[in-house]
Amino acid sequence: MLRRRGRLRVLALSASIAKLTTLAQAVRDHVRDGTRVALGCALEPAIPFAIVYEIVRQRRRDLRLVGPISDIAFDMLIGAGCVAEVDAAWIGNVSAGLAHCYRRAMEEGIPRRITVRDHSNFSIGLALLAGALGSPYIPTRSLLGSDLARANGTFREAASPFDGSKVLLIPAIEPDVTVVAVQRSDEDGNAQLWGPWGVSQEAALAARAVIVLADEIVEPGVIRADPNRTIVPAFKVAAVVEQPGACHPSPLQDRYARDHEFFHEYHRATRTSDGFDVWLREWVLDVPDHDSYLAKLSARWDALRASEMAR
Amino acid sequence: MDVAPGEIMVAQAAREINDRERVFVGMRLPLIAFVVAKRTHAPNAVGLFELGIVRDDPAPELLYTMGDPPNVRGAVWCARTVDLMGLLARGEVDAGFIGGAEIDRYGNVNTTAIGAERAHPDVQLPGSGGGADIASLAKRLIVIMPHDKRRLREKVDFITSPGYLAGGETRRAAGLPRGGPAVLITTRAVFRFVDDEAVLWSVHPEQSVEDVTANVGWDGLRIRSAGIERTPMPSPDVLRIIREYDPHGFWTRRGE
Repeated sequence: MLRRRGRLRVLALSASIAKLTTLAQAVRDHVRDGTRVALGCALEPAIPFAIVYEIVRQRRRDLRLVGPISDIAFDMLIGAGCVAEVDAAWIGNVSAGLAHCYRRAMEEGIPRRITVRDHSNFSIGLALLAGALGSPYIPTRSLLGSDLARANGTFREAASPFDGSKVLLIPAIEPDVTVVAVQRSDEDGNAQLWGPWGVSQEAALAARAVIVLADEIVEPGVIRADPNRTIVPAFKVAAVVEQPGACHPSPLQDRYARDHEFFHEYHRATRTSDGFDVWLREWVLDVPDHDSYLAKLSARWDALRASEMAR
Repeated sequence: MDVAPGEIMVAQAAREINDRERVFVGMRLPLIAFVVAKRTHAPNAVGLFELGIVRDDPAPELLYTMGDPPNVRGAVWCARTVDLMGLLARGEVDAGFIGGAEIDRYGNVNTTAIGAERAHPDVQLPGSGGGADIASLAKRLIVIMPHDKRRLREKVDFITSPGYLAGGETRRAAGLPRGGPAVLITTRAVFRFVDDEAVLWSVHPEQSVEDVTANVGWDGLRIRSAGIERTPMPSPDVLRIIREYDPHGFWTRRGE
């Protein structure tokens, strides 16, 4: 019995060593051309910008993005030419306005045409929940009579078999990969996120694989002492990356504040296609990795970190 | 300091929140309207934020987004989007606010795209967010928009958020369980929906009825039968609350 337990522990250890990896390796292993990726699923906070930048650096193509509102993250990926299709409820810049790259792609085909399936926040949540439940669809009364119900192209209007009332059937979405950014995780991927979850848990449970970007890797005992914060169990997780500051410029509760001005600078800088290219070179392509990016932010990053850690 | 149109709109939006109501307030000017309502006539109102936050006390500092950390500290519930949307779908939410790029006389709102064809828009807008759900499922919808002839249109290019559709029985017939627009607050005026159609109710201080009506893009604008009112100026108390909360006018003076 003792020997058996010892052997299991060695196996568990080797599994976690295989999962703990670098951001660059996680993208190489799990985000390939054409992968269906869900990210930004907590809505405005905890958006994993670090992996957005790394996907751009590795020049992935034909990604199929899934997410609710994606405050500028989807805009960057679209502008960088990484995206073929999007299932989303909202693509813009929450505190600044329209998304310039998304506009250029839809209005002018720059840098390429993309396919968009319009959702609402509820319908994208229900699509991912259906995926998480292993159910083919979930019915709702939301969106009935709207043009969203028709234009999305995947929804079906039906009569409830129970009372005959009209319902809209939202088919399941099962991402190949869901990326979640969290405050802490153990090496095996038992990941804990607090603050609002948005549709993160549904997106993680519906996915074939989950990539966890943890602000901090903690001992398993920290997770086990407070399991209600765990968003997915480790067996859903394919890669764990310890990456402090992975969500900048979006906030991470109790870790760092939102960099409002960064969103507003992005909005001003990306009004033209050339302006976007310059912005992307400065903040992504000419920056080797996320630690260098935080170093480039310098005192500004320290202040964002300090304002949340001090609470 | 002059009173900005944004401040008049916030004050009016606050008046639309009744005490003890549960209200979706997760965007822009309504974030501030919730603060004003809570500190004046609606101390027991509850704010719902669709990313998964419920508050019975507004965040103590200006929010740029509903997901800013100050909106989590002091919340009574942190949950999932489907939890909040489920409450909405069950009919447990009294009112909700949305913005829009275009609206028609029946309160149908477009936030998706301008142009005849969805796949090839003239102007790509951000999309629904939770707007279409709030419009579909809240007991009462409050719309906030810039006032412009190109925005208050005979027919919107895309119905993102359903209002009364074509009026009459059409909203019910489509299968929507309740609700519909109650009021439209623009940068110039307030419209209330009577028998499914927007009726010009009041014009804001320093706005003329002529300018307001000339900037409505549909024919046969209906006018309040008992006479057009003047939207009240925010009281000094309300102005103080607004300016303490948004001292640089980030939301109230952004000039859009």
